[in-house]
Amino acid sequence: MKRDALSPANWTPRTWAMAVGLAILALLPGYVELTGATFYLDLASRLMILGIAAVSLNLILGHGGMISFGHAAYLGIGAYSVGIPAYYEIHNGFIQIPIAVACSALFALITGAICLRTKGVYFIMITMAFTQMVFFAFVSIEEYGGDDGLVIEMRSEFAGLFDIEDATRLYYFIFASLLATLYLVHRITRSRFGMVIEGARGNERRMHAIGYDTYRYRLVCYVIAGAICGFAGALLGNFTNFISPEMMDWTASGELIFMVVLGGTGTLFGPILGAAAFVLLEEWLSAITIYWHFLFGALLILVVLFWRGGLYGLVDWIGRAAWRKRS
Amino acid sequence: MAQALLTVEDLYKSFGGVTATDHVDLQVIPGEIHAVIGPNGAGKTTLVAQLSGELRPEAGRVTFDGRVITNLPAHARARLGIARSFQITSLMLDMTARDNVALAVQAHAGHSFRFWADARRDRDLADTALVGLEEVGLADRADQTARIMSHGEHRLLEIAMALATKPRLLLLDEPMAGMGVEEAQRMIGFLAGLKGDKSMLLVEHDMDAVFALADRITVLVNGQVIASGAPDDIRRDEAVRRAYLGDEMVDASGSAD
Repeated sequence: MKRDALSPANWTPRTWAMAVGLAILALLPGYVELTGATFYLDLASRLMILGIAAVSLNLILGHGGMISFGHAAYLGIGAYSVGIPAYYEIHNGFIQIPIAVACSALFALITGAICLRTKGVYFIMITMAFTQMVFFAFVSIEEYGGDDGLVIEMRSEFAGLFDIEDATRLYYFIFASLLATLYLVHRITRSRFGMVIEGARGNERRMHAIGYDTYRYRLVCYVIAGAICGFAGALLGNFTNFISPEMMDWTASGELIFMVVLGGTGTLFGPILGAAAFVLLEEWLSAITIYWHFLFGALLILVVLFWRGGLYGLVDWIGRAAWRKRS
Repeated sequence: MAQALLTVEDLYKSFGGVTATDHVDLQVIPGEIHAVIGPNGAGKTTLVAQLSGELRPEAGRVTFDGRVITNLPAHARARLGIARSFQITSLMLDMTARDNVALAVQAHAGHSFRFWADARRDRDLADTALVGLEEVGLADRADQTARIMSHGEHRLLEIAMALATKPRLLLLDEPMAGMGVEEAQRMIGFLAGLKGDKSMLLVEHDMDAVFALADRITVLVNGQVIASGAPDDIRRDEAVRRAYLGDEMVDASGSAD
């Protein structure tokens, strides 16, 4: 039996969900062009940036079982890596983005080396504590606006080759980044390295017994996730043209966890669905009531109680139900 | 006596006021099956944990193949060639049987900082894993998630994973625990087949198994070695009979469990 997994005839409901989702994102600027509803472009840009952040969190949380409650630190570090150089009139993205990725990786390496020596609720608390440290550090730096934040006058430009000043161009830059992130994470999770990460989540004791120093693998995974999220932070700074410590508030870290859990932990595209649900619900519910966080919480409880697989799991279920009906 | 593969000297470990390992001396000769028996609470599992590196002894020395490993962590010992099975099944339950064994193969195929190629399409890993599953008779279960497999299959999978690391010493902590008679017989047969090929330290309650398999037996009571020797000597040993085996062991066929 030879099945071509790439042929649409053999796609699973999940693959379809991902293909449709990405197709909508790819075609959205065209729709916006026709209707002039630029608002959707903004919404989808934010969705994709948070999606990249959620995908990176999912790498450690879903695949690695490391429940970090401080992942928003990297959004902040990435955004300030654009904002601070811009403050000194350095707008070159080829400088800003490597700074964002390198600083995030370094922060992940240093804090991860400590955090990963703890387990369970201690890990959750210590990751949060480190992020709070960064948060208060930026609050206290008056030069960069303190808690008022900093306006980024000009978006990254790439050594005169191209810039992302135009909203549609920024959109496609973010979209391409999203695709690259998904592919990267897809490869990592299926690699030998990914198997070790998965195994360490399942049974660390057994992994030690067969010869893995799981600490080292987890630390590298933690650094990769931090670096990707730092990149998302650089996009976020460019997108909002404004940065403030609020980006790395502990609630922002909570929201990233929310997206991962709502979308489906340990799945490739789930966090994107989670980010989409988050951004869209936030938009719609906040128009209805100022107590929208309450409805949000209720939704999360329902998902955790009754739908462990998250939205991505729901896609599977609907897909199978539809298949049964057809045959 | 041949050069010992594993030498334990004067090992000591206590928990609070309770002495779990009380100055234990022990040797495993290459190719032999060395059984450790003793009543519940004698400190057998604690001993295995100190040999595998999960627990650090407070005093004493463990030497493996001429190298002092007393302070090496579990993963480093595994890389030197010490594999273990757990008394309570310890697997990656959300993974398939094949992935469980493949991970064990991968652990001894260089480092795993390889981020790009699909591990499941790696023929070296997959084929070796399948051979390992065949050896314990689980080949037809390769693609089952470990969680849904039976207890007996879990025990076999434990052994397959341990063997997949190509160990020189197997630490087997009650491999027959919780098995039915038939399954236990199958396991005994399998371990007997490995005899001479692999050195083993076998902790077991099942006396039939111990006397069927062991070349030498060490008896542990309250963390102390009260006797050590060939099965026939152990069976005749007065102190052992009093402390552990009971009168039923007077005839060779008896089982204490």
